[in-house]
Amino acid sequence: MTGTSTVSASQVSIGTELPQLRIEVTPTFVISTALATRDFQDVHHDRDLAQQRGSKDIFLNILTDTGLVQRFVTDWAGPEALVRSVNIRLGVPCYAHDTLTFSGRVAERVEVDGEQRFVIEVSGQSSLGEHVAGTVQIALPEVTT
Amino acid sequence: MTGTMDSDIAATVHEKAERIAAGGGSKPRPARDPVNTAMINNWVEAMGDDNPVYTDPEFAASSVHGGLVAPPAMAQVWTMNGLHGQRAEDDPLGAMMAALDEAGFTSVVATNSEQTYHRYLSPGEHVSASTELDGVVGPKRTALGEGFFVTTRTSWLVGDEVVAEMTFKVLKFRPAGSDDGTAGDAGAAPWQGPSGRVVDASERAAGVLRPVISADTEFFWAGTRVGELRIQRWGDTLRHPPGPVDPGGSMEATPDYVVAAGHGTVYSYVVHHNPPVPGKQLPFVVALVELDEGVRVLGELIDADPGEVSIGMPVRAVFLRVDEELTLPAWEVAR
Repeated sequence: MTGTSTVSASQVSIGTELPQLRIEVTPTFVISTALATRDFQDVHHDRDLAQQRGSKDIFLNILTDTGLVQRFVTDWAGPEALVRSVNIRLGVPCYAHDTLTFSGRVAERVEVDGEQRFVIEVSGQSSLGEHVAGTVQIALPEVTT
Repeated sequence: MTGTMDSDIAATVHEKAERIAAGGGSKPRPARDPVNTAMINNWVEAMGDDNPVYTDPEFAASSVHGGLVAPPAMAQVWTMNGLHGQRAEDDPLGAMMAALDEAGFTSVVATNSEQTYHRYLSPGEHVSASTELDGVVGPKRTALGEGFFVTTRTSWLVGDEVVAEMTFKVLKFRPAGSDDGTAGDAGAAPWQGPSGRVVDASERAAGVLRPVISADTEFFWAGTRVGELRIQRWGDTLRHPPGPVDPGGSMEATPDYVVAAGHGTVYSYVVHHNPPVPGKQLPFVVALVELDEGVRVLGELIDADPGEVSIGMPVRAVFLRVDEELTLPAWEVAR
């Protein structure tokens, strides 16, 4: 839940843990996110074909991982946090009927192009292990909005 | 085949990579649609993202953005090729994937996506994407098999302004164990493809003559591997066998393809009794089949008694999977 207020830079300290986000990865979730990201590869919507290609089931696509990592961070930081980058490394597949749990922490404060930013480290775990890991850079207002 | 890579193969891959990289970025390809609230709403609904700067005009107007904006993570969504889309012809990732397919590294898995957003996009803005090949590293032994890491850089532009960038890395690999065909083989036959059944041809096709695959026909053979009978299309005109130039004579036109349903009738046929042909058991029937889509396609008519074959007989496509690289299209009697 994003809410309407945004965390200010002064409220954030290095090491702050973000509230976890749990996603029930239903087939509907896999398919609706694949189509909403305009990714029509059959492994993201057709279980028969996914299995013929050696997968256990349909699985989340990369554009959705990027979207979920962004959502996980702005759910915590608030609507006016400015997302500057999302870097992800892909691990084990996240198949339909699994649960994906995001956790994260504020790793460091950096200055890029004259802007103060926070680097948030994120990890998304499914039952098979780490599905996605990465960092998100955000800029926050100096005062709470 | 042994597990060690032929150093010639690696040299060829790197040579092709250099040539592709030297070609620079692809021509900026415009998104199908401008940034729009309908696609944003679909995306935030699916993701479960309730950030009001994407969907609540009043909140957005009073926010740091001064109006509705698109989620930064949608940058790539705007320029996806879509349901029937094709890669741009000058897309360096497509060219590199084809080169690695040819070298036997037929499987792919993405490993890294790094996106940088220089500013937020607003509804009405129209982005284009341009991609260049950053580098190819390998061969590397990985848990999945031996392969090459291919890195591309994509820039999203509004006019001349770069609004977002992505570094994308994939591993293009030969599945572990595929040398002896025992493990890691995602394409194990038989299974039902979009245009017909894919069956294992190992016994009936030992030593079969292999087709010469060119840039003009690569799509066709990539299709047979996944059970698709792909027919080249120039505008509204289907053409088979595929060729390099628009049958209408236009030098500007580029082809795409349709996936045939795989049904047709025998237009003509021969029964081959002699001489022997590698990978075929005598006698065998070769049929020219007129597809429901209108074009005619040649192939062996398998499991048919030569005496029962007749002009006009209904047949359907079947795919004979020879190995990881080659799947031959063929016909069987529709019973």
